[in-house]
Formats: sequence, structure tokens, C-alpha cells
Amino acid sequence: MSDMLLTVENLEVQFRSGSTLTKAVNGVSFSLNRKENIGIVGESGSGKSVTATSLLRLIPDPPGKITGGKIIFEDKDLLKLSDKAMRKIRGNEISMIFQDPSTSLNPVYTVGNQIVESIKTHQHLNRKEAKEKAVHMLELVGIPEARKRFSMYPHEFSGGMRQRVMIAIALACNPKLLIADEPTTALDVTVQAQILNLMKDLQHSIDTSIIMITHDLGVIWETCDKVLVMYAGNVVESGTVQEIYDNPLHPYTWGLLDSQITESVSSEEELSTIPGSPPDLSLDISGCPFAARCPFAEEICLKKTPEMIEAAEGHFTACHFQTKEHRLDRKEEKVDDRSNIKS
Amino acid sequence: MGKYIFSRLINMIPTLFVVAIIVFLITRMIPGDPASVMLGPQASREDVEALTEALGLNEPIHIQFMQYIGNLLKGDFGVSLSYNQPITDLIINRFPNTVILAVSALIIAFMIGVPAGIISASKQNSLIDYSITTISLIGVSMPIFWLGVMLVLYFSVNLGWFPATGMGSMADGFISYLKHLILPSITLATIPTATFARITRSSMLEVITQDYIKTARSKGISEFIVIFKHAFKNAFNPLLTVLGLQISSLLGGAVLTETIFSWPGMGLLIIDAIEKRDFVVVQSTVLFIALIFVIVNLVVDILYKVVNPKISYSTNKGGTK
Repeated sequence: MSDMLLTVENLEVQFRSGSTLTKAVNGVSFSLNRKENIGIVGESGSGKSVTATSLLRLIPDPPGKITGGKIIFEDKDLLKLSDKAMRKIRGNEISMIFQDPSTSLNPVYTVGNQIVESIKTHQHLNRKEAKEKAVHMLELVGIPEARKRFSMYPHEFSGGMRQRVMIAIALACNPKLLIADEPTTALDVTVQAQILNLMKDLQHSIDTSIIMITHDLGVIWETCDKVLVMYAGNVVESGTVQEIYDNPLHPYTWGLLDSQITESVSSEEELSTIPGSPPDLSLDISGCPFAARCPFAEEICLKKTPEMIEAAEGHFTACHFQTKEHRLDRKEEKVDDRSNIKS
Repeated sequence: MGKYIFSRLINMIPTLFVVAIIVFLITRMIPGDPASVMLGPQASREDVEALTEALGLNEPIHIQFMQYIGNLLKGDFGVSLSYNQPITDLIINRFPNTVILAVSALIIAFMIGVPAGIISASKQNSLIDYSITTISLIGVSMPIFWLGVMLVLYFSVNLGWFPATGMGSMADGFISYLKHLILPSITLATIPTATFARITRSSMLEVITQDYIKTARSKGISEFIVIFKHAFKNAFNPLLTVLGLQISSLLGGAVLTETIFSWPGMGLLIIDAIEKRDFVVVQSTVLFIALIFVIVNLVVDILYKVVNPKISYSTNKGGTK
């Protein structure tokens, strides 16, 4: 069995609304080994959730459509599978948990029913065995009095508990890949750490890989081996967590790092932000998508789309000024130059 | 739950009392004097006066009302002037016919309207969605008296498939009974079918974009289970409300349909009674219908709880919270 679990090549996803075509994901590529965790980070609208949802082919069609690329999961191209074959993968080999646990569980069925459903869909167990397995899953995700909680409804659980239930549903069939779409964003800070720790613990016990979608770099440092930084539907930087933490290259990644709130940020200082907002993806973007907000942008950035190049070993970035030969200095922001290149 | 039902039952009393007052006053406002209507245009003035006195219609209106309420409290709906029968007997005779017609219409409406709404929502903006939406718009705006007459013209008069009027009897065989039932039920079902389709569609559309539907799909279950198990049960509450209202109004007697097809139900009874200025029948049947209405709504409120576990009932607030 090869070590490679998932390879995504040039994934393109578009949404059509009336005559407007929005290119939400524009040729995203990455790969993931077994038991490896990859983080996808970017601000809202960068295409990270769409990328993740596309892996399970759960993009609502219409309006969305996967228009190009390959998703190779263990030698199978998921985009070529029949709907039936795809359903065998969902929840069984690839599972997903979502951002808001208060809306992602069905309010009219007990949590037990919802876990059992997942188990019975993919495993040949009778009702009693499935129930036992579901109770076991609830215990595994740290829900006290699991047997009693089994027959309770989602509204009788707190947010953190609901996310634990979602994790129980997702892991019930021992998936090889777990896609976590901002699993802690909607939770209290205190609960966030618990959920992340739970995911890490369970990952070791069932040997699953995780794709962690987040806008919080802290979550990535905590949980992942590799990182993809996405902006406007493109990957702008990728590499190992260690590389990107120690030696980030893309100005957008710098912006993300600078806007983190860490212990070293004093309460006197104004918080750092990236000025402007992401481009409208329904318009054609020429050049680097980040150029309009980039403090280092020059003429070429607006004209030519930068290629993804390997700037250091295993560390890729798409910036005209970050090559093996030439590097930008993160601290020297050429703020004044921005006035010259306004389009 | 028991407490809730009990308090709702107690609350029914003032509701019904108010209905009784309103109906009593309205029937007294209908122009025309029952005694002269009953005796016909040739009757002498003395005869009319004698009958008026015999019927107690010469008493002041508040005395008449007190007598009426007094009788009601004794469980006596009164005696019909025109049928010369206790009204309780009339209702016992007529109400089952209305129930049969209403239930058949509701079954048709539910079996066609709900699946149509579900299909329409799950294929939103497709040709089939547009067709269903258009047909149901025509359906809700259909003038029933016109549709009934057209159905009779085509299927009874031209094709001769179904009898034009009346209610069959089981004695003539089930087929004959069914044949009598088909046209009135279809006529009566038209508006509820269209209403169910529209409500189901809009309610399903709201539900199928919810996150838990995405969760359900991410589990790998079939689209059929996603729609019918996960989405439909969530979309059911608004449908239940409409269902309750439709049941109540259909059980109250489909006045137009029953008149077109001479279906001997509550609707036809009320129309007859109004024409004959048979006040007591009008009062009592309308009050009976109000009673049915209130009971059906109570049942619907209780069913909400069955469908949606989030709803809890508290007696101190006298409603849902």
C-alpha cells in the first residue's frame, strides 16, 4: 500500500448565479500522506471550504460545479466515480465535520439515531450492535453518561458537546481521512482547545489523516504537519508547518501572521490587519491576486501571474519576488510604492 | 402534557361561548321571518303570528339567547323548525357524510400535494419545478363551483363515467359508492392539494440548505433518505399547521362542493337551514363546527411536539414556548 493517501491536482470549482460566474477555486494542488495532517488557511472567501467540500463532491450543483482537476484518493479519481460509489466513500473512508455544531446536527433526531445511521450505512451490523458501537463512540469522544445521552436531542447538548457528537459521527466508521471545516470557530475559546486535543488523541488511536480548514494559524501550528495558504481561490504558499512558521515567504502569509493575536501583542498597540478585502472572484484577475493589497507590489505583479516555485526544499510560494535567487525582507515594507501601482 | 391538554380544554369554553353569541346574533340579522318562510306566501297573518309565538320568536332577544344557552348546557342542540327533528339527530346523520368526503379529499391532497412539493423543491428551478409551481398556483386560485360544474359536465354528462350528484349507498356495492365519491372529492381536494404543494415546496427549500442536510449527505446515505428522513421531518411543521386548518375547514362542511354535488353533509345542511331561516339549525351546526375546529387545532398543537422535540409545552403560559 502506497503511503500517498490523497492527491489533488489543479482542482477548479466554479459557481454560477444568473450570468455571473465565480471562480471559487482556481487550480489548487496538494498531496497528503497517510496519518499526515494538512492545514488549509486563508481568510473568508479564499476557497478553503469550497476546496474541502469538493473533495467529498458535496458542492451544491447547481449553482456549484467542479470544472477541472483530479482528486486521487488511494488510486481512485473521486471525480470519475459514480454517485453510488461516491456514497460508499462519504462517511466511510472520508468524513467531514463542519463549523457550526449548533446547525450541523439534525434537530429532530436523537444524537444516537444520527450516529447509528452513519454506522449502519457502511457496516453490516444489526441494530443492537450499531447502538453499542454508537455508545462506544460517544464515550470515546468524552461524552459523560453516554448511554443516557444516546437518546437525547441535539438541543439538549452544549456547543462543545455537539461538536464532540459530530466527531463521533465522523469517526464512527474509522475513516482514512477526516476533513474538519473550521471545527473550532464557533466554539468558546476554552472549548476550542479541548476539541483540538480530542481530535489529536483520536487521530492516533484510529490512524486517520486530517485536513484542517481554518483561518486561525494557531490551530495549524497545534495540529498540522503541512500547510497550504490560500488566497482568492489559489494556493499562494505551501510547505511544512516548521518551514512556514520559521520562514514564511509570501507577503499574504506575513499579513496573516502579523494579524494573529499572540501573547506578545500589547494591548496598547493597534492590531495589525491586511488592508483592503479579497478580490471579486467573478471578475477576471490579471496578475497576482494579492497585488492590490500587497505592500510590496510592483508593476509586474499586476500584469503577470506568479508561478508556484520551490523557493526552499519542500516550500513552495507564488510571488515574483520570492525566488531562490532573490528574497524580500519582511520588515521592509515598501508602503510608499503602493500609490504608484494603483490600478 | 396532561396539564397542558386540560388547560386547553378549559380554554375552549370561553371560545365556544363567544362563537355562540356571534352566531346567535348573525342569524337574527338575516332578513326574513322564519314563521312566514315556513308557512309560505299564502299564509294568513294570524297563522304566522301563532307560529312565531309557538316557536318562542316573539320573546326579547336576550331571553331567547338565555334559553338557547340553557339548552346547550343541558346538551340539547334544539329542534329544527323545518326538519322537525332534533338537531343532534341531524348532525349525527350528516356529519359522517362530511367526514367521508373531507377525509377522501385530504388523502388525495396529501398523496399528491406533498410529494409534488418535495419533488419541486429538490429539483428547484428545473422544468418540473416550474410546472408544479404553475399548476399549484392555478390550483389555489381555482373557483371551486366552476371546477365542480366542469367536472360534472365532462365526466358525468359527456362521458357518463360518474354520477352527477348524490351520495351512493354501500347497499349498491362499493364501486357505486366510490363512483359517487370521486368527483366531489377531486373538486374538494383541488385547493388543499395546491396549498400542500406550495407549503411543502417552500418549507423544503428552507430546510435543504441547512447544515444538517450537508452533514447527512457527508455520511454517504442516499439522496432519498436525505430528502425524506432528514429534510421532510424538519419541513413538516408548517405543513402540519396548514393540514390542521384544512381539516378543520373541510370537516366544517364544504359548502360549495356539497351544494354542487347535492352531497348530504354539514355544508348542505347549513345552506338549507339558511334558506329556510331555520335559526336553530344554523346556530347549532356552526357551533358544532367551531367545536370541531378547536379540537382539531388542539390535536395539531399536540402533534407539533411529536414532530419537533424542541417544542415544550408549559401550562402556566398557556401556550408553546
